[in-house]
Amino acid sequence: MNKQVLNATEAVKDIPDGATIMFGGFGLCGIPENCIAALVKQGTKGLTCISNNAGVDDFGIGLMLQQKQVKKMISSYVGENAEFERQLLSGELEVELIPQGTLATRCMAAGYGMPAIYTPAGVGTEVAAGKEVRNFDGKDYLMEYAFDADFAIVKAWKGDTDGNLVYKATARNFNPLMAMAGKITIAEVEELVPAGTLDPDMIHTPGIYIHRIFQGEKYEKRIEQRTVQKKA
Amino acid sequence: MALTKEQIAQRIAKELRDGYYVNLGIGIPTLVANYIPAGINVVLQSENGLLGMGPFPEEGQEDPDLINAGKQTITTVPGSVFFDSALSFGMIRAGKVDLTVLGAMEVSDQGDIANWKIPGKMVKGMGGAMDLVASAKNIIVAMMHSNPKGESKLLPACTLPLTGVRCVKKIVSDLAVLDVTPEGFKLLERAPGVTVEEIKAKTAGKLIIEGEIPEMVFN
Repeated sequence: MNKQVLNATEAVKDIPDGATIMFGGFGLCGIPENCIAALVKQGTKGLTCISNNAGVDDFGIGLMLQQKQVKKMISSYVGENAEFERQLLSGELEVELIPQGTLATRCMAAGYGMPAIYTPAGVGTEVAAGKEVRNFDGKDYLMEYAFDADFAIVKAWKGDTDGNLVYKATARNFNPLMAMAGKITIAEVEELVPAGTLDPDMIHTPGIYIHRIFQGEKYEKRIEQRTVQKKA
Repeated sequence: MALTKEQIAQRIAKELRDGYYVNLGIGIPTLVANYIPAGINVVLQSENGLLGMGPFPEEGQEDPDLINAGKQTITTVPGSVFFDSALSFGMIRAGKVDLTVLGAMEVSDQGDIANWKIPGKMVKGMGGAMDLVASAKNIIVAMMHSNPKGESKLLPACTLPLTGVRCVKKIVSDLAVLDVTPEGFKLLERAPGVTVEEIKAKTAGKLIIEGEIPEMVFN
């Protein structure tokens, strides 16, 4: 089943104002750079973004924040972005903070067709406010709902024209989970290969979850914290 | 003399046991990796999806696709494995990670921890901290005994928004090693040259002192 589209512009062109979109990536690692750039160019507004982080001022989701395209962020950690802070404090931007494992598992639940999960994360904290608490074997758990996202946009290392995906190293992070969770999932890859050429045993995301795929270009892959040691 | 951050990390490293899977938080906990005792084999878990984290890369060897939970460039050790974020927190939730070391703003004498939010200040988020403290079998907190204003961080009850309840098992501060017991903080060791009186004065929560309290030993 061929899922290939021409490029990022074509992949995101029907995303309407007010859509809820998942963005794969952890920090700036494994983010869908091409689709973010296309959304900035397209100027789609009023977006609810589900993403572990909110990028930095001039890269990642930060680029969409600069253009005031984001209405709400649903994230676990948003500390690296001054424009984000300004918009939050001025009330232009809404933010919902969610424990990272809960964020990941709510994506997973959507992709697994399960309406909710139980997790101990946040029990006894303000995260638990208004949530159902259930006790299993003497320990309390919060019920957390599966996410409901109009689109998921993910980045993989390799993909084939059927939408099968392979990720590289820690650029995997939230990508496979969000890939499973979008009503429409768009995958951008560094290398797009013909269907049937990936080893079926090595595929991380089966193409059934993917609706559109294209080979991205000019990946910057910016490093957020460059830490090195001197050569021995 | 109060311990340096490096010495806190060094003392925590003595808690490592051969075969442990360990998650180290950002800050002092990260330094623990520098003091893993000889003959002890531990596997470091990074919650963004890696078991088998190695040291920082040599200059020029940085890989933007290979980072830790602090978004720092890292390397892997032989036998390492990558996985997605749900699986990463799955193994944490299922109790497969033997030891979690993290920092804190406050700890209560019942083991409650606050380390993610200060009302009135920009809130950055809890990241994976709430998941880790809710599930880890063994949590050691690495922190200064007092905050920069000189107020005790070991309290009868946390004043800041909680990260988790009744979860901290042990604290290694710049002054002392303490177990968190149902009865309160139990003083186990003192930093070299630090008196029991000083620790008493700087611990606001319930402190249990039984017998002679030895000084920490570094080797």
